[in-house]
Amino acid sequence: MIRPYTVGSMSSGTTDTETGARALRRVLAAPWARRAWRDLGFTGLSAGLNLLPLLVMVLPWTFYTPISLLAVLTCTFVSVGAAVALCPWLTVLRRGCFYELLGVRIPKPPTIERSPDSSGGVWSALRDRLRSPRTWRQACYHLIVGPAVNVLGLLGALFWGAALTYLATSAVFWVLVHLVGSPEHLIWADAEPWIALLCAILLYLGPWIVSAAVRTDARVASELLGPSRAQELARRVAKLTESRAGAVDAADVERRRIERDLHDGAQQRLVSLAMNLGLARATLADELSEPARRALQEAHEEAKEALTELRELVRGLHPVVLEDRGLDAALSGIAARSPVPVRLTVDMPRRVSATVEAVGYFIVSEALANVNRHARATAVQVDVRLDGPVLRITVTDDGIGGADASRGTGLTGLAQRAASVDGSFGISSPLGGPTTIEVNLPCEP
Amino acid sequence: MRTVIAEDSVLLRAGLTKLLEATGFEVVAAVHDADALLAAVEQHRPELVIADVRMPPSFTDEGIRAALVIRRQWTDVAIMVLSQYVEERYAAELLATRTTGIGYLLKDRVADVEVFLEALRRVAAGGTALDPEVVAQLLLRRRDRPTDRLTAREREVLSLMAEGRSNAGIAECLVVSESAVAKHINSIFTKLNLSAAEGDHRRVLAVLRFLEGTGAADRS
Repeated sequence: MIRPYTVGSMSSGTTDTETGARALRRVLAAPWARRAWRDLGFTGLSAGLNLLPLLVMVLPWTFYTPISLLAVLTCTFVSVGAAVALCPWLTVLRRGCFYELLGVRIPKPPTIERSPDSSGGVWSALRDRLRSPRTWRQACYHLIVGPAVNVLGLLGALFWGAALTYLATSAVFWVLVHLVGSPEHLIWADAEPWIALLCAILLYLGPWIVSAAVRTDARVASELLGPSRAQELARRVAKLTESRAGAVDAADVERRRIERDLHDGAQQRLVSLAMNLGLARATLADELSEPARRALQEAHEEAKEALTELRELVRGLHPVVLEDRGLDAALSGIAARSPVPVRLTVDMPRRVSATVEAVGYFIVSEALANVNRHARATAVQVDVRLDGPVLRITVTDDGIGGADASRGTGLTGLAQRAASVDGSFGISSPLGGPTTIEVNLPCEP
Repeated sequence: MRTVIAEDSVLLRAGLTKLLEATGFEVVAAVHDADALLAAVEQHRPELVIADVRMPPSFTDEGIRAALVIRRQWTDVAIMVLSQYVEERYAAELLATRTTGIGYLLKDRVADVEVFLEALRRVAAGGTALDPEVVAQLLLRRRDRPTDRLTAREREVLSLMAEGRSNAGIAECLVVSESAVAKHINSIFTKLNLSAAEGDHRRVLAVLRFLEGTGAADRS
């Protein structure tokens, strides 16, 4: 985007003399700054581009003079229609100009949506084009706003040029009369001082007007030629949704990979080790000395404990049964392992997407872990119900309550998991209990 | 005892073979996937099959599927399913047709060699061996079921029955007398409405009651 000229910075820099002096220098140099010339060039080019649709609109009238009302209407329709039809090409040219000359990037507008009943022919394409707000926003820019802003810029350029011409001419005559001694009747010699002053002001005002017009032009063009704000937001939401889903899926895939690696590697080795130790313990017990026997026994017990720990860890990564048999089967597994007794009801007439299943599984898993850790509950009720396109999960415990989502990381994790698939998370936990966690996960039907 | 082993990990397959052969089993085939398992059962007609749940190609539940096929086609083959995790759902599927000659244990149990071999022999003799973890999962299913009327001790006894233990075995586990176990079992039969007319079969029926509502047949 174009940065504004220094007019504004003068007032803000008055406290600092150096900044003030620099600002003053910049204002004085404004008519000769590179940017002023660039803006002037852009205004000229804009004028050319704006003239195109105007010419197209005027052209039919020069070849044909309508005499009846119908003819006038037809002629108007044809000329405006032609100008509107020209807009997409003008837009391409405009976007190029803005980028090449000013460095302003106007994003491409989204392609015109085909209506669902489109037959694919010329007429339905034309109808889609006429219905699309894009067409009318472009026409609005090229036929109305663009030219209007451009006229303002040209006016600034005119002031600038006129002032420059007047002052230059006056100076030349002043030199001729006073230094060279040319005849007195040259009226220019006596330039009125107030006109000269006005010209001096215009000389500085001109570039500023041109620049302001160019700035406005750029802003209006971004607004009307690029995607509208709603479209831009919709595009970003779509993109973010996609990238988030990708991230969630990637994490899921990675967990599966790690689970598989551990299952194929470390777990099998440990089972084998524990089995061999067990075999040794069973068969060699009589032949070994007491310390050796004890060492063997300890090693065997250690190996078994390691197996159990590894199993819990691996299972937490990604339960295979979730993939095979779904949420119901997987949840009865975690419910069974919960130290606090769990009553579980699952009502899911169909499977939902793997991602939602995984999120649901880990939410129940973590909720139960929280209950076991903090709630001091004696019973937990877990209800999972597929209600149309929403998976509703409720976890209620009869513990001490007072759970606070803003303090515990466990609850934050639950909320984040729910949010990762656009789900909602709610908790009710009055002091003294009971605590109820409610999670709704949308799943495409 | 003629045994077929299906296990995709080379290490464990060799280990199991070694263990079984050292303890009087005859390993007629040791294969690495479900298809080869079915072929081996067809060819050797073993008395006992030991199958891992996760095998190639998809590494999910091939072992369970193969076990179900074997249970349908070769009714006299006893099956011990080993798994890194036990799941109530898999157990319910395995037990759905009948509760004899079937075992479902965590792979880790292999480490307790004697207990594991005992379970193998029990299964081969037509008994059951369910992992305590499975039993815990089976116990948890909710709602009004006859099993909800049982006391904690009775549930304990019933779950040990479901694991496939005899009265003596249960008495040993709970450190009580065998007669106390018998008393509990009678109480269980009464609460589950199993009359004496059903004889020894009541044990199996009690276990089945216990499993009711856990399988696919009764999803709430």
